[in-house]
Amino acid sequence: MLDSETNSATIADPKVVCRDVSVSYSGKQALFDIDLDIGIHQVTSLIGPSGCGKSTFLRCMNRMNDVIDGCVVTGSISVDGVEILDDEIDAVQLRRRVGMVFQKPNPFPKSIYDNIAYGPRIHGLVRGKDELDEVVQTSLERAGLWEEVKDRLLQPGTGLSGGQQQRLCIARAIAVRPDVILMDEPCSALDPIATARVEELIDELKRSYSIVIVTHSMQQAARVSQRTAFFHLGIVVEVGETEQIFTNPRDERTQGYITGRYG
Amino acid sequence: MPNSDAHIVRSYSGELQNISALVAKMGGLAETILTDAITALVKRDADLSTQAIQADKRVDSLDAEIEHQVVRMLALRQPMAVDLRSIISALKIAQSLERIADHAKNGAKRALVINQSPPMDATRGIVRLSDVAREMLRSVLDAYVNSDAEGAVKVRDRDEDLDVLYDGYFRECLTYMMEDNRNITAATHLLFIAKNIERIGDHCTNIAENVYYMQTGERLSTARPKGEDAMGLKAE
Ligand SMILES: Nc1ncnc2c1ncn2[C@@H]1O[C@H](COP(=O)(O)OP(=O)(O)O)[C@@H](O)[C@H]1O
Ligand SMILES: [Mg+2]
Repeated sequence: MLDSETNSATIADPKVVCRDVSVSYSGKQALFDIDLDIGIHQVTSLIGPSGCGKSTFLRCMNRMNDVIDGCVVTGSISVDGVEILDDEIDAVQLRRRVGMVFQKPNPFPKSIYDNIAYGPRIHGLVRGKDELDEVVQTSLERAGLWEEVKDRLLQPGTGLSGGQQQRLCIARAIAVRPDVILMDEPCSALDPIATARVEELIDELKRSYSIVIVTHSMQQAARVSQRTAFFHLGIVVEVGETEQIFTNPRDERTQGYITGRYG
Repeated sequence: MPNSDAHIVRSYSGELQNISALVAKMGGLAETILTDAITALVKRDADLSTQAIQADKRVDSLDAEIEHQVVRMLALRQPMAVDLRSIISALKIAQSLERIADHAKNGAKRALVINQSPPMDATRGIVRLSDVAREMLRSVLDAYVNSDAEGAVKVRDRDEDLDVLYDGYFRECLTYMMEDNRNITAATHLLFIAKNIERIGDHCTNIAENVYYMQTGERLSTARPKGEDAMGLKAE
């Protein structure tokens, strides 16, 4: 399914390898034979018009589609060489390793502390209160939120501003020490300053994690990612280095979309 | 106009077209200044020299206008892909055109001085040089307006001819100076004009490279086989 002219879907050091991934919802096909590699310690952005299948693809990588009635995923996805579409794979364990951050910040209706502590507790990643305290602090630090919340850890997470809530969700995602973080339009509900903070955070996090971000902002994709894949009508039309995609896309459809000529 | 049609936001297409039109207009003006400067020299026409010198001010203000529009579009439209390339190219091409007009204006100024002395045969060599430069300028502006990458490549290849002509003319002027030292002042001015024209060719080459990049997204220097470089200097 690779059109070598416009695609470099395969990369040297992939974290996630997706081959022939197709998805249908109650028989209606939404993704068609997607081949895409996700690079280790880099940010891959998925762009494309609404309904082209970006979120569907993202959900394949941590099997979130399992919980959607009538959704069938076929093909192969491996993370660190392990096939994750196998029935034997424990989806809960998988979602610890492949975390997700959503468009709308969705903190639990609990304290800031418990939002972070929840994952490490249920996955048994920590022993004792001291260790848990430390995970909470480092996660909040890495998410750039510690200084803002350290004096009110026991207050509800829902009381934070939108941008803070999103960084709380990112802190929650990294508290369980994932390998891959999936972000579905993480900044679309945030103002420019909060967006800049999250982008800075993404830049920082890519040193430790492999990140896949869906975004409707071309500028955001250009700013934060090293690779960009353009989805259209359920296929990957073009994938390549972000700089190439935004300065010299090879495919007319990519060009049309990113320059605002998409009809 | 390069690919400026069919934006969903129509005013965006309009702005891109406007920038291209400004560049084309500036190019036309630069061409006229060059033609007038050389005609003024040949016809010993002081009024035409003055006119060419004056016209350069309009080129400068167009350059400023293009820069303003480019900065504005970068801020407001955040252009991508071919749009980004054409906006950046417009800025760079305008800079080259500004330099070209400046070189031509210089020729017009020197024509005023030269025409104080008796007519010299050496002016004919200037005409040959300026014909090539003007042809390059016209072709590269056509290539810009028609988004013609191949046309741009041809323009760049002509620069070699101009360099050869210039070298020949340099020797010709030296001969005039040696023949009769009363020629030295005029011949030196002519030599400077020739150098100006040779520089105009270089700027046309730069424009050609920008047109090629705007159109293809590739750098012309790498697209061209090594060892074919006319100057033998630019190749790595
Ligand atoms: N839960 C679902 N049930 C049925 N169809 C869905 C569901 N989620 C997405 N789809 C369909 O799959 C296609 C891709 O959707 P999606 O992955 O959300 O696109 P994107 O994220 O690019 O906007 C669309 O046609 C959409 O209607
Ligand atoms: Mg979506």
